[in-house]
Amino acid sequence: MDSALRELYQEVILDHSRHPRHYGAMEGASHKAEGYNPLCGDKVTVYLQLDADGRVADIKFEGKGCAISQASASMMVDMLKGRTAAEADQLMQGFLHLVKGEDASGLAEDDRERLEVMGGISEFPMRVKCATLAWHTYKNAVEEGAT
Amino acid sequence: MTAQGKIAVSFDAEKARADFAILSRQVYGKPLVYLDSGASAQKPDVVLDTMRTFAMSEYANVHRGVHFLSAAATDRYEAARRTVQKFLGAASENEIVFTKGGTEAINLVAYSHLMPTIQPGDEIVLSVMEHHSNIVPWHFLRERNGAVLRWVDVQGDGSLDIEALDAAIGPKTKLVAITHMSNVLGTITPLKDIVARAHAKGVPVLADGCQGAVHETVGVQALDIDFYVITGHKLYGPTGIGALYAKKAHLKTMRPFNGGGEMIREVMKDRITYADPPARFEAGTPPIIESVGLATALEYLMALDRAAVAAHEHDLLAYARQQVGQFNWLRVIGDAPGKGAILSFEADGMHAHDLATILDREGVAVRAGHHCAQVLMERFGVASTSRASFALYNNRADVDALIAGLHKARGILGHG
Repeated sequence: MDSALRELYQEVILDHSRHPRHYGAMEGASHKAEGYNPLCGDKVTVYLQLDADGRVADIKFEGKGCAISQASASMMVDMLKGRTAAEADQLMQGFLHLVKGEDASGLAEDDRERLEVMGGISEFPMRVKCATLAWHTYKNAVEEGAT
Repeated sequence: MTAQGKIAVSFDAEKARADFAILSRQVYGKPLVYLDSGASAQKPDVVLDTMRTFAMSEYANVHRGVHFLSAAATDRYEAARRTVQKFLGAASENEIVFTKGGTEAINLVAYSHLMPTIQPGDEIVLSVMEHHSNIVPWHFLRERNGAVLRWVDVQGDGSLDIEALDAAIGPKTKLVAITHMSNVLGTITPLKDIVARAHAKGVPVLADGCQGAVHETVGVQALDIDFYVITGHKLYGPTGIGALYAKKAHLKTMRPFNGGGEMIREVMKDRITYADPPARFEAGTPPIIESVGLATALEYLMALDRAAVAAHEHDLLAYARQQVGQFNWLRVIGDAPGKGAILSFEADGMHAHDLATILDREGVAVRAGHHCAQVLMERFGVASTSRASFALYNNRADVDALIAGLHKARGILGHG
């Protein structure tokens, strides 16, 4: 099989897309945003429970979309939970660099290892938006989504 | 010779394939299998060559200069109009307005024909299978003028519900706006019947022929249709040009849309008079080189036995339909009798974009998404579909590559 495809659709990604973590609506979320990709119709809603100091106390998502967008959202909620605002921001910036094939050395070592499975997306520029949809939605929820 | 044999003789798809240089290229080291002509068709070499030659030898602005090249370019531009007239079977070349594409042509009817007279509560009848370009201009009239959109459903197989359409046309209906061929379902609508029913109630009909004119032979006079819209780039021609056919009586009463040069007779400080149609609706420098390209593409099509081309495309569709029938994990959307060569489907556990990405790496180009037809997606309860659309240059090997790619995608993405 095409090695780029194999890397894109590796088992970890397919597993996340089929069995998304922390999936579903959150009652009483402090922040919430909906993301939409008009190109493909993919939708994602991110729910947050932020502490007074901005730490991600809890996070969930729900949505419909391709394997990449769903896996990316699932991994995102898995990794953001418990982070401070600054840590979350650093993770997001590193992720955005990674999927675009740019320098992602700003990521902590273990974050880079976990996110490495998403690195294959950089070979598919048309699909980068699928991978970043949940992250941009998260950012929107933090900045403009106070409920 | 059998009828089948005659068809084979009168259209040679392999020979036609050789007319399109791009089809011999590879992507990712695999032969290109282009199944996205419904989005935009490839252009035969003769179209590109003719545009280049024209630009290199006869180009200038049209309808302006008295000089040699301006006269030559004007001749070609007006000859292109006559070619469109011939292609659509219009009574007069003055019933052909060049636009920048199908979208602009429909907007022209919305702004120039309907907007000046439409009243709150007046109705526009349209089907749920319209492309956004035949929805959004009518939404403008709803938002700005209080028009009411009356939607006509399709049957489960994607056929138009003609009785529902008839019932939707009432005393307040000002226009029926309907596709000639759905860009998702492939459904061909019975335009002659639609026009007859609408005219019986005094209502004009606009057909979006952006897909239909590619696959069906159109005769606007025989149809007695009021407005018919085409776009160049789906007709094997260039981007940036399309045309509106409108009956002379409508053009006479339509208000100018864009204002500028070429559409006027006289401009004074306190008054203005307009040029006669079609110039009245062609403000500014038109797509001149593109008009020559479009005319060449239409001449190319008209030189073919179009019934034989249609038979070839239907054969490909039937073959593809039969081949995908083996997959119990795949659902075809749109199985209307006599439909055109478009195959839309969704696959269990495989999102259209993932599928399209995997097919792409096999060299197979399909469209994935909502196809600018979100109302229709909602009707069928899907967020997106994959779509293979066939053109005169496709062959059975293209279908085989699609099927092999689907097998592979199933293998990679598994069972969901």
